[in-house]
Amino acid sequence: MKYSYYPGCTLRTKAVKLDAYARVSAEALGIELEEIEDWQCCGGVYPLGTDEIGTKLSSVRALNAAKEKGQDLVTMCSACHHVIKRVNDDMRHVEDIRTRANNYMELDEPYLGETEVYHFLEVLRDKVGFDELKKKVTNPLTGKKIGAYYGCLLLRPSKLLAFDNPENPTIIEDFIRAIGAEPVTYPYRNECCGGYISLKEKEMAESMCDKIMESAEGFGAEMLITACPLCMYNLNKSERLPVYYFTELLAEALGVKEEVQK
Amino acid sequence: MSSENKQAELIKEISGVNPLKCMKCGKCSASCPSYNEMDIKPHQFVSYVVNEDIESLVNSRSLWTCLSCFACVERCPRDVKPGKLIDAARQMVVRQREQDYLSPNEIPELLDPELPQQLLVSAFRRYRR
Repeated sequence: MKYSYYPGCTLRTKAVKLDAYARVSAEALGIELEEIEDWQCCGGVYPLGTDEIGTKLSSVRALNAAKEKGQDLVTMCSACHHVIKRVNDDMRHVEDIRTRANNYMELDEPYLGETEVYHFLEVLRDKVGFDELKKKVTNPLTGKKIGAYYGCLLLRPSKLLAFDNPENPTIIEDFIRAIGAEPVTYPYRNECCGGYISLKEKEMAESMCDKIMESAEGFGAEMLITACPLCMYNLNKSERLPVYYFTELLAEALGVKEEVQK
Repeated sequence: MSSENKQAELIKEISGVNPLKCMKCGKCSASCPSYNEMDIKPHQFVSYVVNEDIESLVNSRSLWTCLSCFACVERCPRDVKPGKLIDAARQMVVRQREQDYLSPNEIPELLDPELPQQLLVSAFRRYRR
């Protein structure tokens, strides 16, 4: 399995761990993540205005690079996934955006949304299979009670993201089971962490994350896992349960965690 | 055509939302994690656009406390997308000269050692042109 891989800006900086543990895990699972050359930042949030074109071009470039290699595109960060997947949908279905983006890009062959976009969790579920993943686990995280924190960006809007049931998702719980731990289902797992509000309204984000932590603690979680560096940052401010990237626990379960240099 | 009428049309154009589809069930406000921090609530956004009271809408705190979490968009039974409407109002403001809600000069004092780059790019995209 070979994919075009889009790491995203934060995985080069504050979220190096999310990327590094993903790479060693992918290798252990026989998944080849070929980094897209000269990828650019996706912008972090999807531009909602119907007249936004320029802000979507970095995603189109990454999508087209994957197309030219004949590969599906894999994302690791929830935000990059959200932005790239939605821009791809625009390129498939919104004539005005497709035409104007292509007019600007002047590619040899127009990009019409041909690339398939998968989050790494979807690769684990749909390509590797959680049953197969379970067989490759050498160091099961037995007895650990882990709460999945989904947040917003992987799930909503569900018609476009098509990631899982937006109100009652199971993919991360199934992942937790596959690595040998015990998933803890709690009501606030798909509630927003505050996202970008934490830059200017720190107290607002903290109170939202407190509610999420309280909910998870109340149902017996010992830790949370996430795929998003911003969720990680916001949740950590509440200093209650420890929060890990899902890739760190994956690497641990596969026995390859030590391969990542500190 | 009054200037507020033009602005209401612009908000509808940028958002692609038809506010007349709203049946005021209030599901968006019930779902909104920022509800307590909003002076104009999500289910009221549509009325401000329909009634062309754009002045109140663009001066509301709600413009800057919406998180774009898409809970309202997901749960709206009429597919009205209140989150897109408030984003269009916000875009209408920040696309004007010197109407940015976030200046690069503010950044140094907002930083801490753990702050991810993703937060900065996201905030810049939502809060300024």
